[in-house]
Amino acid sequence: MAIKNVMIVGVGGQGTLLTSRIIGHVALNSGLDVKISEVHGMAQRGGSVVTFVRFGEKVYEPVVEEGMADVIIAFERLEAKRYAKFLKKDGVLIVNDYRIDPMSVVVGARKYPSDIIEELTKTYNVVSLDAGKIATELGNGKVVNSIMLGVASKYIGFSKEEWLNTLVATVPSKTIEINTQAFLRGLDN
Amino acid sequence: MSKKIMLGNEAIARGVYEAGVKVASAYPGTPSTEILENLAKYEEVYSEWAPNEKVAVEVAIGASISGVRSLACMKHVGLNVASDPLYTFAYTGVNGGSVLVVADDPGLASSQNEQDTRMIARSSHVPLLEPSDSDEALKFTKFAFELSEKYDTPVILRTTTKLSHSQSVVELSERQNVEDKPYERNMAKYVMMPASAIGRHKVVEAREIQMQIDASTFPINKVEYNDKKVGFITSGIPYQYVKEVMPNASVLKLGIINPLPKALIEEFCKNVETVYVFEELEPVIEEQIKSWGIQVKGKELFTKQGEYSANMLKKAILNENIEIPTDDSPVRPPILCPGCPHRSVFSVLNKLKIHAAGDIGCYTLGAVAPLSVIDSVICMGSSISSLHGIEKAKGKEFTKNWVAVIGDSTFLHTGINSLINMVYNKSTGTVMILDNRTTGMTGHQEHAATGKTLKGEETYAIDLKALCKSVGVNRVFEIDSFDTALLEKALKESVNGNELTVIIAKSPCVLLKSRKSTFYCEIDQEKCKKCGMCLKPACPAITKDENGNVKIDTFMCNGCELCFGICKFGAIKKVEK
Repeated sequence: MAIKNVMIVGVGGQGTLLTSRIIGHVALNSGLDVKISEVHGMAQRGGSVVTFVRFGEKVYEPVVEEGMADVIIAFERLEAKRYAKFLKKDGVLIVNDYRIDPMSVVVGARKYPSDIIEELTKTYNVVSLDAGKIATELGNGKVVNSIMLGVASKYIGFSKEEWLNTLVATVPSKTIEINTQAFLRGLDN
Repeated sequence: MSKKIMLGNEAIARGVYEAGVKVASAYPGTPSTEILENLAKYEEVYSEWAPNEKVAVEVAIGASISGVRSLACMKHVGLNVASDPLYTFAYTGVNGGSVLVVADDPGLASSQNEQDTRMIARSSHVPLLEPSDSDEALKFTKFAFELSEKYDTPVILRTTTKLSHSQSVVELSERQNVEDKPYERNMAKYVMMPASAIGRHKVVEAREIQMQIDASTFPINKVEYNDKKVGFITSGIPYQYVKEVMPNASVLKLGIINPLPKALIEEFCKNVETVYVFEELEPVIEEQIKSWGIQVKGKELFTKQGEYSANMLKKAILNENIEIPTDDSPVRPPILCPGCPHRSVFSVLNKLKIHAAGDIGCYTLGAVAPLSVIDSVICMGSSISSLHGIEKAKGKEFTKNWVAVIGDSTFLHTGINSLINMVYNKSTGTVMILDNRTTGMTGHQEHAATGKTLKGEETYAIDLKALCKSVGVNRVFEIDSFDTALLEKALKESVNGNELTVIIAKSPCVLLKSRKSTFYCEIDQEKCKKCGMCLKPACPAITKDENGNVKIDTFMCNGCELCFGICKFGAIKKVEK
């Protein structure tokens, strides 16, 4: 099979690491070679963060470069815009319709771009959803990741069972039920 | 043998465990931190956080001399702190095998410079190995211990950020049972006074010459002949880019960088028409090959800065025209978290227009607008000593609106030395210790003032106030970081006074589990006058929309109450979570 390239982008603290690890383990459990590249340290403190997951028969470089990504999961609108150029021509950009202002916007030096999703849709294959709202409906604002993963699973591949097995094995035991629900909501989105 | 997916650093920890190591010491530093965090999970290995890298290396030296295998880990700049023991450890050699893992940061993901550890390996005459994925990280670590004992030398295992922080598949083995070596007193080998050091220097040179010969047969180097028109000499993560872009090229992948396997390189260059050296940062491999009279291409095509990439090779070698669309999105550099106690302290300093000599930690972010408090950041501990230097250069009048700011862990790392200097040499400055009860930026590691060891055991917690008093600072205040009124009063008194003062601003890091808030803050739009005062401390949870309406993001708010205290109109209310 051809190598699959997935990116998870967001703002430090949004939990992008856990998402990339679940994707990596689903691929590993299917007997594939996997590489995941993460961001630790200072950049995690509210900065723009990106993690990469690549899987296939044999993976060399651990990162995804411009024009290579099959799927981008963006936890925030502006980060979706920033990393959209990494998408392949037929790649899918999944966007959480959520806004976090960078400091330049907070202090009024820059404007947060308007109509990001509408603009991105003109060029890219975009799936957008308000995962925060769905998470709140499910009763736990923290399951945004599992909802996004549920949506992404349709474009990344593997069976529902393979995803759920890995999810259950990865999330804290107390949160298995709510995360499973969240994943399924994403899958049905 | 089982297969697992592991972070490079986790794989190194596994390699250390499998190599039968008994003692490990480190100071946290991105991108090296997770090595000891993972090693701490293995009961068979004693592991600890040391106050700094020099101490960590000396702990490893002691363990090695006593006859067991030992490890020290650090980030690249940590090796500067530890270079004093390193250069002489190269002379004494080892008893039990000893390895230093040093993590470089090309691209500066979380560092103050882009120095190349391979240069230090050369100048200290210490062998250096470099893996290119997690599986090699594990295997090279084990091999490093074998080399260390065989050649009687410490060995450096060098990683880079991309290696340390990427995960790939590894094969696990059992832990080796390594017998302790007997300890014997040996003055000529371990007491480095001039007479013995003269003798050991000869040993060091002979060892390096022998290793250079033997290195060509080490199994960690790999020759892959394909198309012999084009070849690459590379190592570490850059190897992966070569394989990605040039699957048909011949490749010599070096596992050992110091000393270089000369015969192997000469043979490869003889067999391949055009040879490129593809190495991140300094031309360490390239310049040596050129010095042997061999023509290779390198830094005239590839930069000395930042991380390499596959696209870079495509452009330089394949002349591909890769057009990357530009994007004018507002940048999003890291910022202090919502609820961070440093923000509270910086908001007071900003209000009083006080400059700060800064230090290494999350609080370095206090340099950025709109807080704009920190004027200089150099290295661990430098805030206190550089403030002292400013006072001695320009006099008290100049520094009366200056302080030094340093974190609790950084203060114990090297800041304490600088404070002793201030006491000894009659400084009148003000030092603020931003005590958030943890090593914050690297991801919350214990230190000597937290009361817990790396393994989670209870231990004595150094009392920072008592420590400062004990070295002779008479004016020491402990103030809650969120008590802005008291901070303001203490600061005004001390910067204008004529006596050395330490203000310990204390409040745990907002990301620590011990500090879970039970409420968040919300704006009462009826009462809000849109004055913007609450926006001044630059909390990322507080934003203003196009109509000037201020909002607090309830997902992000950690209920620190800083904005609550600032609002003069009572427009901010607390809501139970």
